[in-house]
Amino acid sequence: MHDVMHGVLGLYNYWIVIILMMTGFYTVIARPNLVKKIIGLFIFQTSVFILFISMAKIEGGTAPIISEGARIYSNPLPHVLILTAIVVSLATTALALALVIRIREAYGTINEDDIHVQDEEA
Amino acid sequence: MLSAHLPALQVVVPLVSAPVCLLLRNPRHAWAFALAVSWVTLAVAINLAVQVHASGTASYALGAWAVPWGIEYRVDMASVLMILIITTIGAIVMPYSWRSIGHEIDKKHLQLFYTCYLLFLTGLLGIVVTGDAFNLFVFLEISSLSSYVLISLGSGRRALTAALQYLVMGTIGATFILIGIGLLYMMTGTLNMADLSQRLPVNADSRTIRVAFAFVTVGVSIKLALFPLHLWLPNAYTYAPSVVSAFIAATATKTGIYILLRFFFTVFGISFSFEAMHVGEILMLLASAAILITSLVAVFQDNVKRMLAYSSIGHIGYIILGIGLATTAGVTAGMVHLFNHAIIKGSLFLAMGCIFLRLGSVELSDMHGIARQMPWTMAAFVTGGLSLIGIPLTAGFISKWYLVNAVLNVGYWPLAVLILVSSLLGLIYIWRVVETAYFQMPGYKIRKLSEAPAALLVPTWLLIGTNLYFGVNAGLVTGIAGQGAAVLIGQGVP
Repeated sequence: MHDVMHGVLGLYNYWIVIILMMTGFYTVIARPNLVKKIIGLFIFQTSVFILFISMAKIEGGTAPIISEGARIYSNPLPHVLILTAIVVSLATTALALALVIRIREAYGTINEDDIHVQDEEA
Repeated sequence: MLSAHLPALQVVVPLVSAPVCLLLRNPRHAWAFALAVSWVTLAVAINLAVQVHASGTASYALGAWAVPWGIEYRVDMASVLMILIITTIGAIVMPYSWRSIGHEIDKKHLQLFYTCYLLFLTGLLGIVVTGDAFNLFVFLEISSLSSYVLISLGSGRRALTAALQYLVMGTIGATFILIGIGLLYMMTGTLNMADLSQRLPVNADSRTIRVAFAFVTVGVSIKLALFPLHLWLPNAYTYAPSVVSAFIAATATKTGIYILLRFFFTVFGISFSFEAMHVGEILMLLASAAILITSLVAVFQDNVKRMLAYSSIGHIGYIILGIGLATTAGVTAGMVHLFNHAIIKGSLFLAMGCIFLRLGSVELSDMHGIARQMPWTMAAFVTGGLSLIGIPLTAGFISKWYLVNAVLNVGYWPLAVLILVSSLLGLIYIWRVVETAYFQMPGYKIRKLSEAPAALLVPTWLLIGTNLYFGVNAGLVTGIAGQGAAVLIGQGVP
């Protein structure tokens, strides 16, 4: 029982990562609406940020700024890595939305199924 | 003095040039500038190759931060082969681009195109040069983001959907790689690849490392379009502008294969990847399926660019097959074909670009008798096609020779039969184009066409010439590939 509790509650941030990741992934695959797809993609990427941030936590560690009395610090490197990854994901989302705007201008719809139908007819 | 900084210059030159290119208002200046930059990167690459050949792996501490903490740029013979592929194709495609892309997109946007092109070049070269796993992810995203833009510039609205489809799949792939790298960092506390390879064997038997391996493998497989994760590729190649198809087909998936090689052999190590995880069997199975199925699919395509795209997936299969063998001969064969396929597919797509410039289409049904009006273009296509099939005296033959030998070395003769069968299928799909272009009566529209301009023909034939040269004189490529494979497998000098 104790093990189960530890697995569910002690690692709750990893469970959140998995739930977010699967939610995002499912949205990307299942939704025909391109904007929703991109939202899904963004959630998917966000889950990975939480994964990285979680691994930076060190029990009893404080913020990684040298100060009197502090012995243990959190690992700052994953934070830095994820700042870069956030920028990347921001650029991806911006580019994807720009493409969706152009698709909407060209096809008059942002529904993937309708786009397929139009492509087949052409 | 300068020679010590070559690994950094390889990446920094195109990176810094990209924003400068954006500031050039005149499209012709932007093109001339991008052209100069791509030739400089080629010169840097050749110097770097000579240096690495003479004095072994070059290591460069970026910003003079000591290596395991700072980012390391590390160039060994495997990287050298990739650098040479990327910069050679870039240097040949650039002179071609002015007439071709100038015809396909608005002149006002040309400097944006060249900026994206330089960023794409930066990303690819960065992936190949870096020795840091997270840095590799960043460069991968630089190259991917710019390639999505380049593809979306194609004429016709289907380029937009193709780019978005690639963006979605590519981002999932890159995120998978990021998860894998994160898990590796969690277990080892380092991102430096050489460091990782030292520390991984200690805790290789943990579930986390195995999961990391799976994430990286699947992620990279999406980026390199390994069957059945190739769905983004046919549309992206078909609807992209001609220059972009040629450049991406020759370099982007090849860089993906390089990432796979790096992770399998350098980071995880050959015994973990191929003995503990049995990835070799999986790769060979998928590669065989890719070779057979996509060659069959290619036979039934009416759009020649789409046909070439499917054939690309098949040829990626050949490369992966060699790597899956995990023998020195196999990896050498894979790397030889990495180079040869880049120049073959590059030249074929360039030939199609010539046709698109004059005809405005690459559908077979529009190309009846086109060889009478465009003899040089079609001759280039046929020569490239023969090389794709693997006729002796062409580069393609050398690849297949090495691959069949590597396969027979380990006694997998059914795979050799498979390679033969798919070569015959290749003969069929190339023949369909030849038959239409040479033996059909040209229609009214075709008779008005003239041969493509020299600005397009010269780069195309330059690449065809390279192709023929390495078909007869393969020593340079097989030498570098052999040394690269030896470094990866761990038998060469470190």
